[in-house]
Amino acid sequence: MIKFVLMVNRQGQTRLSRYYHSVELSRRAALEADVVRYCLSRKKDQCSFVEYKDFKLVYRQYAALYIVVGITDSENELSIYELVHNFVEVLDKYFSRVIMFNLDRVHIILDEIIQNGHIVETNKSRILAPLTTIDKMVDS
Amino acid sequence: MPAVSKGDGMRGLAVFISDIRNCKSKEAEIKRINKELANIRSKFKGDKALDGYSKKKYVCKLLFIFLLGHDIDFGHMEAVNLLSSNKYTEKQIGYLFISVLVNSNSELIRLINNAIKNDLSSRNPTFMCLALHCIANVGSREMAEAFASEIPRILVAGDTMDSVKQSAALCLLRLYKTSPDLVLMGEWTSRVVHLLNDQHMGVVTAAISLITCLSQKNPDEFKTCVSLAVSRLSRIVSSASTDLQDYTYYFVPAPWLSCKLLRLLQCYPPPEDGAVKGRLVECLETILNKAQEPPKSKKVQHSNAKNAILFEAISLIIHYDSEPNLLVRACNQLGQFLQHRETNLRYLALESMCTLASSEFSHEAVKTHIETVINALKTERDVSVRQRAADLLYAMCDRSNAKQIVAEMLSYLETADYSIREEMVLKVAILAEKYAVDYSWYVDTILNLIRIAGDYVSEEVWYRVIQIVINRDDVQGYAAKTVFEALQAPACHENMVKVGGYILGEFGNLIAGDPRSSPLVQFNLLHSKFHLCSVPTRALLLSAYIKFINLFPETKATIQEVLRCDSQIRNSDVELQQRAVEYLKLSSIASTDVLATVLEEMPPFPERESSILAKLKKKKGPGAVSVTELDDSKREAGELNGGADRGPDTAAMAASNASTPSPSADLLGIRSAAPVGAAQTNAGSLLVDVFSDSGPAAPSAAVNDDGFLSSAPPSEDPAPPLSEADELLNKFVCKNNGVLFENQLLQIGIKSEYRQNLGRMYLFYGNKTSVQFASFSTTVSCPGELQAQLNVQSKPVEPLVEGGAQIQQVLNIECITDFCDAPLLNIKFRYGGALQNLTLKLPVTINKFFQPTEMSSSDFFQRWKQLSQPQQEAQKIFKANHSMDTEVLKAKLLGLGTALLDNIDPNPENYVCAGVIQTKGQQIGCLLRLEPNAQAQMYRLTLRCSKDTVSKRLCELLAQQF
Repeated sequence: MIKFVLMVNRQGQTRLSRYYHSVELSRRAALEADVVRYCLSRKKDQCSFVEYKDFKLVYRQYAALYIVVGITDSENELSIYELVHNFVEVLDKYFSRVIMFNLDRVHIILDEIIQNGHIVETNKSRILAPLTTIDKMVDS
Repeated sequence: MPAVSKGDGMRGLAVFISDIRNCKSKEAEIKRINKELANIRSKFKGDKALDGYSKKKYVCKLLFIFLLGHDIDFGHMEAVNLLSSNKYTEKQIGYLFISVLVNSNSELIRLINNAIKNDLSSRNPTFMCLALHCIANVGSREMAEAFASEIPRILVAGDTMDSVKQSAALCLLRLYKTSPDLVLMGEWTSRVVHLLNDQHMGVVTAAISLITCLSQKNPDEFKTCVSLAVSRLSRIVSSASTDLQDYTYYFVPAPWLSCKLLRLLQCYPPPEDGAVKGRLVECLETILNKAQEPPKSKKVQHSNAKNAILFEAISLIIHYDSEPNLLVRACNQLGQFLQHRETNLRYLALESMCTLASSEFSHEAVKTHIETVINALKTERDVSVRQRAADLLYAMCDRSNAKQIVAEMLSYLETADYSIREEMVLKVAILAEKYAVDYSWYVDTILNLIRIAGDYVSEEVWYRVIQIVINRDDVQGYAAKTVFEALQAPACHENMVKVGGYILGEFGNLIAGDPRSSPLVQFNLLHSKFHLCSVPTRALLLSAYIKFINLFPETKATIQEVLRCDSQIRNSDVELQQRAVEYLKLSSIASTDVLATVLEEMPPFPERESSILAKLKKKKGPGAVSVTELDDSKREAGELNGGADRGPDTAAMAASNASTPSPSADLLGIRSAAPVGAAQTNAGSLLVDVFSDSGPAAPSAAVNDDGFLSSAPPSEDPAPPLSEADELLNKFVCKNNGVLFENQLLQIGIKSEYRQNLGRMYLFYGNKTSVQFASFSTTVSCPGELQAQLNVQSKPVEPLVEGGAQIQQVLNIECITDFCDAPLLNIKFRYGGALQNLTLKLPVTINKFFQPTEMSSSDFFQRWKQLSQPQQEAQKIFKANHSMDTEVLKAKLLGLGTALLDNIDPNPENYVCAGVIQTKGQQIGCLLRLEPNAQAQMYRLTLRCSKDTVSKRLCELLAQQF
């Protein structure tokens, strides 16, 4: 199961976080800081999977942006690693500008890919379907 | 490509976000946020009704602020209002806010439920998805009650849109996880399983998560999913299917779905149907073949996706563990990855090879990669990869390569990352013991271990080497010589001093013939370390010195001199001072015979599971050490200890030393019962004093009291336990809290909690009268055998209890090994001048140390069969004494501490439980089956435990409960 998805920048600021198990707000910040420190300190030639407490982190870096996914044993590391890429490709396809301005839409996209800690959709055009509907509604 | 912020884009939000992004410091950011929060608050409170757009904008800002890590305590009502909007964008923001911010026990849930109900029945697929998604995210009990019956219908209805089905599947999964009792699959089972055949891959992807979870809980009902999953997988793998739609990722057909299908299959044993199995094997072969084909793309995404499937397939092959051909191919494939340039692949290959090593079919094949793995241990730049390499070396180790592997691990330890040293040390210690052919090698290894990584050598490790040396007389001389040499080093680790002190104290005589290691030289060497050591080590050394006096009378004067000096005899540490005083006295008063008896060589330790292994298991969590490995080591340990011949009487004596020494005890065992018992007859009351525990342990304190109080009036002796003590005890078998005892004067309440082999009990003594209780005192004692089985420590209580007052006492309980009796609690106080004397049994029963174990039906029956020796089973048929109501029984069985397993027994009336009893040195697996017969008002109770005494005891205890 996927426990959480984090997007953080190189300064360690969280840009997006989505939890699929309940974590108290007060503990989120600490967890995020910890996780980020863990990943940022790693070098390029190090492995993208890190054991962290009782779960595993799978992370991938895109320029200044890190995407970190916390998973349990029952997930396949490589498939999550590529899921991150799939997610980023969808973001690329949809957004032309900095994604920070459209966090709600990033959320919609993520929710189309992962629901409740499980992969639900991987087809790019179907992931974007709800957003396309919205945009059509707005245009008309 | 849609330009995003046109039209619908919220300008105010964009400005706010860019402000935040431009903030140079955290303070500036907080300031800006507070300003915005104040603004939003005033808007929400304002008289002017806000339109949907503004509401959405502000809620969105709140969401953004929340995501930056600030708590949001308002805006919920506005978000709920947005839910009922007809505009998708507004509704969507409303739902998003609710899913992210509302926790499941919020009062808002009822309002939200209403909006959800409307959306679910709207037949607008996007609205339905939002609603389902929200239920899945919040997942509260109330929501489950409202929608659990509705969702399966949506999921399987023919006219439901695909995207809605996807959301419904995951929504149901969430509700099943939070409230399994409300989600009744019964009639839907087959239709849910058939979602695997859905022509839409997205639906299959979502449904498979649900089916996997349901299959794990009810494997039998869902077993038809195996053949469907195989045929689906086969269609994807062979790419013959036309239903791939757009699910191909970098030329790999449906990688995520394939992984999930392979995962689902791992919930089941290999298919029995030959055709299905044939098809599956074909699939697995195709996947392995594809790994050898030239890649269809140079992109890393392509190979990653392909390899994700490959690793999952290998997991399945390992799970089946029945196809030698596939296992060896898997091993070869992983062998290739071990040298791959991608770190990720090397990591995963090491990890999966580790599980492959435990299969009898592939163990040899894994061993061929030993050089590569050793090389990885030495050269990998990433500690997590090195850690995997160390794990794999541990897993592939056997008698043929143990020396090489242990040597490599030892040399790695010198530079190993701090985070993994302790685990490495444990592993080396276990391997060295398990595969020791000659024990001089074992002793060398452990001493090296202490030399290289002394700080990480836990007590278990050095206790163990001493136990083994004591039990094997062929290695004692060598051990003495080696520690003597090791102690010559100018700086040696304290653990080395401990081992050295102990071994020279016992076996120094074996090397005393050599003038270079004469008694005095040995003593001086040990004593040169004394001042650098901590108190426990010094205490151990003092004991070694007194043993020296016995071994070598010529050292007596020197040692007495040392004991007599102020720094010993007036040491500020009570323990050291007491030892110095007592040993000095003992050496000057006792005759040589008495001395020789008291300080006799330690009897051999009884055979038992290595405590090191238990420690490693605890470190890695269950499952890290396979059962076979455990049995293996038990057998090996048996061989080890069996080497020493023991008469029945020494064995009995040693039994009281059987427990792993508690942290504060030293291994000399002077504190434990056996030598005391031996000495008592000879040396009289002085020795009882000398050797009784000076610590706060209640049992021995009681012994002390008894000795001194023999002249006191008889009424001061603890009263015999109350006649109803057993009945009181039975009340607490299935619960931890309650009133233990009550009469006109006194009420005793209990609250207790247990974790692993430890427990803490709070006793509340309430004075029911209006008169003060004077000289109030309590004593906890463990009679007879129990003393060695259970360690109960208590703090003394206040001697005065005012009328109407309550005082509290805390007991710390440690389960050393399994036990039958209950500790006794004696309470004495004076009420109006009259002495009250009361003894109760403390409700500490073996079942308190249960850890529940969840397992599947197949696992359960497999284990049940494994525990088939007649003495492992205890059975009782008895008449029901209490209500046979299902809920009552369930509550009792849960209170027992085991996991109550559903859908295991073919007869749904029966109850099946599983748990592991944690004692200090051992884990005892227990399985329980309770078969009620409502007509006859009878039960049949069957217990199977890995230890026969436990089966019997649990059976006795439980028969009283139902």
